[in-house]
Amino acid sequence: MSVTTDTFVRDDLLPAKAPPRNTVGVVGWLRQNLFSTPLNGVMTIIILAFIVWTVTPFIRFTLIDAVWTGPDRSVCATATGACWAYVKAYLPQFIYGRYPIGERWRVDLVFVLLLIGLIPMLIPRVPYKALNAIFLIGVFPVVAYILLTGGHHQFVGSLIPSSLMAPSPLRFAVQYAVFSAVILGLLALYARLAGRPISRTTTPAAMILGYIAVILVLVSLDFGLVPVETANWGGLLVTLVVAITGMVAAFPLGILLALGRRSNMPVVSLASTIFIEVWRGVPLITVLFMASVMLPLFLPEGVTFDKLLRALIGVTLFQAAYMAETIRGGLQAIPRGQYEGAMALGLGYWQMMRKIILPQALRIVIPGIVGSFISLFKDTTLVIIIGLYDFLGQIQASANDAKWASPVTGLTGYIFAAMVFWAFCFAMSRYAAFTERRLDRGRR
Amino acid sequence: MYRKIASILAGATMALMAATAASAGTLEDVKAKGFVQCGANGGNLIGFGATDEKGEWSGIDVDFCRAIAAAIFNDPTKVKFTPLNAKERFTALQSGEVDVLSRNTTWTMSRDSSLGLQFVGVTYYDGQGFMVRKSLGVSSALELSGAKVCTQTGTTTELNLADFFRSHNMPYEVVAYEKNEEVLQAYEAGRCDAYTTDASGLYAERLKLTAPDDHMILPEIISKEPLGPAVRQGDDKWFTLVKWTLFALLNAEELGLTKANIDEKKTSDNPEIKRFLGIEGDFGTPIGLSSDWAYNVIKQVGNYGEIFDANIGPSTQLGIARGLNNLWSKGGIQYAPPIR
Amino acid sequence: MLVLGWLVWDIIENTARNLQKANIAAGYGFLERTAGFGIIQRLVPYTEASSYGRALFIGLLNTLLVAGLGIILATILGFIVGIARLSSNWLISRTAAAYVEILRNIPLLLQLFFWYFVVLRSLPGMREKWTLFDGVHMNIGGLHVPRLVPGEGIWLVIAAVPVAIAAMLVVTRWAHAHQARTGIRPPVGLINTALFIGLPLAAFLATGRPLHIDLPVFNETGPLLRRGFQAGSGMTIIPEFVGLLLALTLYTATFIAEVVRAGIQGVNRGQTEAARSLGLRSGQTLRLVVLPQAMRIIIPPLTNQYLNLTKNSSLAVAIAYPDLVSVGGTVLNQTGQAVEIVSIWMLFYLGLSFLTSAVMGYFNKRVALVER
Repeated sequence: MSVTTDTFVRDDLLPAKAPPRNTVGVVGWLRQNLFSTPLNGVMTIIILAFIVWTVTPFIRFTLIDAVWTGPDRSVCATATGACWAYVKAYLPQFIYGRYPIGERWRVDLVFVLLLIGLIPMLIPRVPYKALNAIFLIGVFPVVAYILLTGGHHQFVGSLIPSSLMAPSPLRFAVQYAVFSAVILGLLALYARLAGRPISRTTTPAAMILGYIAVILVLVSLDFGLVPVETANWGGLLVTLVVAITGMVAAFPLGILLALGRRSNMPVVSLASTIFIEVWRGVPLITVLFMASVMLPLFLPEGVTFDKLLRALIGVTLFQAAYMAETIRGGLQAIPRGQYEGAMALGLGYWQMMRKIILPQALRIVIPGIVGSFISLFKDTTLVIIIGLYDFLGQIQASANDAKWASPVTGLTGYIFAAMVFWAFCFAMSRYAAFTERRLDRGRR
Repeated sequence: MYRKIASILAGATMALMAATAASAGTLEDVKAKGFVQCGANGGNLIGFGATDEKGEWSGIDVDFCRAIAAAIFNDPTKVKFTPLNAKERFTALQSGEVDVLSRNTTWTMSRDSSLGLQFVGVTYYDGQGFMVRKSLGVSSALELSGAKVCTQTGTTTELNLADFFRSHNMPYEVVAYEKNEEVLQAYEAGRCDAYTTDASGLYAERLKLTAPDDHMILPEIISKEPLGPAVRQGDDKWFTLVKWTLFALLNAEELGLTKANIDEKKTSDNPEIKRFLGIEGDFGTPIGLSSDWAYNVIKQVGNYGEIFDANIGPSTQLGIARGLNNLWSKGGIQYAPPIR
Repeated sequence: MLVLGWLVWDIIENTARNLQKANIAAGYGFLERTAGFGIIQRLVPYTEASSYGRALFIGLLNTLLVAGLGIILATILGFIVGIARLSSNWLISRTAAAYVEILRNIPLLLQLFFWYFVVLRSLPGMREKWTLFDGVHMNIGGLHVPRLVPGEGIWLVIAAVPVAIAAMLVVTRWAHAHQARTGIRPPVGLINTALFIGLPLAAFLATGRPLHIDLPVFNETGPLLRRGFQAGSGMTIIPEFVGLLLALTLYTATFIAEVVRAGIQGVNRGQTEAARSLGLRSGQTLRLVVLPQAMRIIIPPLTNQYLNLTKNSSLAVAIAYPDLVSVGGTVLNQTGQAVEIVSIWMLFYLGLSFLTSAVMGYFNKRVALVER
């Protein structure tokens, strides 16, 4: 018996063949992503042509044909590209506006403090968030206010008639003390009638009053800083002041409005809803017009508001309405069980909100809040319509300056402004996307 | 609850703080705070109210405010400027944000009677004119039939323009922008044939064009625009002070008193000069100032002619001739009542 | 509550006192007075001798015009870009993403200035023209196109439009019934298009073509000011309008694109796969399966974008387009009637918000019902 082994058994694998040439490498990628069908191929070519058609002149204008240095407009008069020399000459004005040159270190200091407070706040891993928040919300605004305006306000008071006491800081202090005492007394009375522990009602109020008193003392102290009126502020400074103040001030107001809208008390809920819908229904321009031409009419005689303050009030109210809707979305996303659980534990309304609901709801809406900050940041440009000089306004004003006016100056300024705004907004939107992803992970 | 209390408190403190502004008279207030708050042009009108790269103010309207500060404090730097646009200027004055509005503002009856303000006089006799490209080949505003005209919205300019074209039965098209910068950019781009505003403004704006020499200002003046400072109604003392500061500037020019020679003139025998300098009689006390207030004004700021020449006169880049703004004795209509 | 009431009362009292002090009479009587200023774009007759009320009405129409057109264009562009972002073609999706990320993050006002002044600078001067095609020219004065002058009998043509629409509805209903009965779908699109174009056209021809075409007249000779396009001939679309429309469309389209993308991604992938396995082509899948379902997610945020666009059209004031806010600002300046003007603005925008929400709410309900 002979065994013939004419069958062939291969006991090692064939080496893998290279994939077809047209599915790998650059060619493969091109085929798959750009020319998968004839229609796609045509589209790709059209889009490519479009990109070349739009991007080339832009690059030519901003880089190749641009004028980079020069003393005045003569270098840009015949230029066909951007006049960066003008941006260089005016950069300080774009940042500080008419803020006196010798005092600009104060603005720089505020920017640095802001960064010191903000950066660790934005990085989730850095500890001491509570302390950081206290610095950002409680300390930074006061310091920034004193640094930017110069502080040293003279409070003389007006409620006590001059015949009783001459106008002086002392009169103001007495007035404030009387005022605080009345408030605390009323609260104590209310607590007594409602049968609650008096100290629990009055202590927080006393703390708030004390905090306000400290602020008032601080802003009335003379730190030897030259006062700088807001009329001289401008540029990026105004943009940031309007955006950040509007945001910070609108935040608590927005929470109140959101809670108000979801309240069980019909009057509160109706009032909040009307407030929110009215502000959301009208354009910011009309709000700013209102703040600039109508607000003075609303005030008693002799009371005046600074132009910047008027814009801030308008922006804050406007922003609060949008913020309220964002926060309401967060509140609605909290499962009912959380409310019921909190109530079952015997927590009061404010305790429930403060300890259970808001911490969860606010965490959810962080991306939404960043988003609404982005739109506020972009909207700050509208203040130029009521005559404030923000970053864009300052650029626009300087483009027509006798020293630098040229056919390309205006366009250069707009492109520069666009790049700066874009950098800010894009960074913020990336951050919002980052927190959103982080939240998603956390929830899973 | 606490937040509510906090917000109420904040509101109350704001009211307390703000209420410090109210008091009896403007002069007392100004003396108490140590400076004059002056509403100036926020639109960088060269020669009238403008700031340079360093934020330093200059212009004829600005110098007038410095003159008031010199009269009160003998120090022209004790003045602060609030840049105002056309829309907000009156509200700013009415509400007390500024003590005096010196911002190339036209004196009209309705403004004098119904806006709660009062004009003290005329610092510059102006009129609305047109600027066109030289290449357009037009030499008179009456040839502008069918033209497109750029202007700033919200001023009397828009109304004068309509009146002018309607009364001459000429068709036209108006393009009205919110801000000066935009008007200029649009005119420069060729959106319109003509740019209209007060002639003084045209001279100033022309400098900001890429090629100022390609543009000309037409001779016709289509309106009376007496520009002057204004104060709030109802404070006669302050009104008188501001008014006579202006008259002092004019009188000084008429008497030949200048920044340079006023010290020598102290020895002059001319009774008018003596009264002016406060050597004879006391004209300062009745308006709440020192007797040498007028001397201080001229010593610190100069007379009307000097202010005019330094800011907008023929030797400056604006190069505006005195014309109507010359003294009455020299063919103009600037005339001040005597100090006596 | 008490504090709030006191605040409101205090504000009213202060306002009344301040107005009285400034000698400004409260009330809307000023609307009757002569305006005295010109307006560059008027959809209905207006002269300097018209009243303030009329001027405001002109502004209102201008707002509606730019907002309406803006909404249509932004929707079209937004849907294209939103769908393009999900394209399998790498270049298309990247380009769409770049467009969205760049324009969304630049303030609208800045874009407005940019487009307006860039457009202005690149156009030929008032005495020159670019001819796009016969009868349509462009220069810095705007886009000059032929104007249609309606003649007698035009109302018949106009009346034919609703008749055609009614007929289209009937045809659609019949087609649905027919398809349900026989499974064969009649060519509805074809029939409807024919109806929509055919009926008015037939009426037009039957009434003896009651439309004249008024061409823009361009003078090449004569004094410089007389050259260029003659006022009153043809129709001029002013560059302010074009600039505003362009900026509003490009800006809002980025947001609509994001809304559309989110909507499409919100549709279960299984739907697409099922549709493809049924043999539908990718265009059909998108049109017949994905988009109808995505609409439910898209419509609420889309409504918001429409309202934003309308509100943003008030930025017109910056580039001399006479919208409601711009004209209102001029009137406010001349009369000092701040409270009245601001109240008119607010009423208009609030009313529009309310109306849009109502219409969109209704539409949303219709679309939502599709889900069973």
